[in-house]
Amino acid sequence: MTALLEVEDLKVAYGKIEAVKGISFSVEAGQVVTLIGTNGAGKTTTLRTLSGLLKPSSGKIVFDGRPLNGVPAHKIVALGLAHSPEGRHIFPRLTIAENLQLGAFLRKDKPGIEKDIQRAYDLFPILGERRKQAAGTLSGGEQQMLAMGRALMSQPKLLMLDEPSMGLSPIMMQKIMATIAELKAQGTTILLVEQNAQAALSLADRGHVMEIGTIVLSGTGRDLLHDESVRKAYLGED
Amino acid sequence: MNTLPQQLANGLFLGSMYGLIAIGYTMVYGIVQLINFAHGEIFMTGGFGALTVYLYLPDGTSMWIALPAMLLGGVLVATLFALGAERFAYRPLRGAPVLAPLITAIGLSLALQQAVFNWYPDAKSARVFPQLPFGPYHLGSLRIQSGDVFLIIVAPLCMTALALFVRGSRTGRAMQATAQDPDTAQLMGIDTNRMIATAFAIGGVFAGIAGVAFGLKYGSVQYDMGFQAGLHAFTAAVLGGIGNVYGAMLGGLVLGLAEAMATAYIANIPGMEQLGGQGWASVWAFVLLILVLLLRPQGLLGERVADRA
Repeated sequence: MTALLEVEDLKVAYGKIEAVKGISFSVEAGQVVTLIGTNGAGKTTTLRTLSGLLKPSSGKIVFDGRPLNGVPAHKIVALGLAHSPEGRHIFPRLTIAENLQLGAFLRKDKPGIEKDIQRAYDLFPILGERRKQAAGTLSGGEQQMLAMGRALMSQPKLLMLDEPSMGLSPIMMQKIMATIAELKAQGTTILLVEQNAQAALSLADRGHVMEIGTIVLSGTGRDLLHDESVRKAYLGED
Repeated sequence: MNTLPQQLANGLFLGSMYGLIAIGYTMVYGIVQLINFAHGEIFMTGGFGALTVYLYLPDGTSMWIALPAMLLGGVLVATLFALGAERFAYRPLRGAPVLAPLITAIGLSLALQQAVFNWYPDAKSARVFPQLPFGPYHLGSLRIQSGDVFLIIVAPLCMTALALFVRGSRTGRAMQATAQDPDTAQLMGIDTNRMIATAFAIGGVFAGIAGVAFGLKYGSVQYDMGFQAGLHAFTAAVLGGIGNVYGAMLGGLVLGLAEAMATAYIANIPGMEQLGGQGWASVWAFVLLILVLLLRPQGLLGERVADRA
């Protein structure tokens, strides 16, 4: 079986500085795959390249059987790849309901959209309570919920989450991670970028450890969680 | 004789025209943070586009038939120039340092003025613009000309339509998303280039209508009419809070009223006898602008910059 997403020898550069130096990995339908690593490892660059916001300097991306090279960002969503970006990036001066509707921008099935908005409110009740409120007035954790709900509105085949727990209180972080576990249980395919390696690896079927633009270690989530070098470098153990 | 009602009316008419033009500045700024200094000239081409249509109509065509055709012509020409400027002058510079598109805008403004000056027949001085065949009306001491009637009907219609479009339509929402966060808008599947072009086109439509209104109001169009009007409309946009559509409308009205009041009454203040009259209109407009920028830099309806992050 071919994977849903295949990345082969991907290189991405900002001017002369290469941020991703030839990485390969794949995501199979139904899997949760995580990229972990410190700041500047190239995780966010990888996701932004997958969703078309950055152009790779070389390498191959095949999603759902189609090469993505040269496809503009706004057409990649239509293929079933949704991206909840780092820093949440909700539309602050639009309401929560409007943000969710924009997540379904390319869909034409009005009743289906309404149903999925309701689903987002069920998943995150706070969003339902504040649906008419400007999204910029939400707390960081609530904005993260909105960003995830919005990404789900496109009914993606693959959901990419970039640092969903960044800057959140421990309680809110747990809530977000529990939601990702719930999405996984529902069969959502997820590519998760996280600095919280412990939480990410506990959830993931597979993990890849990135360091300055390369993947230095790959394995199942459980293996990596028990790998000595990972524990030392990312889980804060001596 | 009490001149106040007349001055208020004059301010309202003038302000409506400023508001129509200001929409173009504010829409474009809102979505790409560019001050399109060629927008005054887009407005001017609208006036000349309408005049051209009129000149091609057979002699003796009723103004009731001519006006819709002229509006269509003016809007079409202004929109094409606005879209052309976006596609060929500004889009290649997207991502360049801000000075590059700004200087391009000024260059484009001069180029359009000179093109009309040199190539439009007899455009080296003002060209007579046809008038609507009614009015002026007298309401008590109030005198309302036909061009003002046109403005007072058309401007609110346009503004209402735009407000409904921006708030209510799918494209309007996509434009707001593009203005607030262009990268993330693309992640939603929004073709941001198309949204930016749409903002320029809407500005062009409104400028075209304003160009016709200018011709009807003042009886002529001129190659450099976009300079003064554009500067005032830009002031109106900043006054209302640039980037905010409602701000542009409000800013236009406030500026029009302030200009009318200042030119009529400043001279009554002891010691300021020399400072009244039409010649000082721009001065008072900019004094108002400076005051707003000092006291409320985000403009009347603008949001604090911190909210945009």
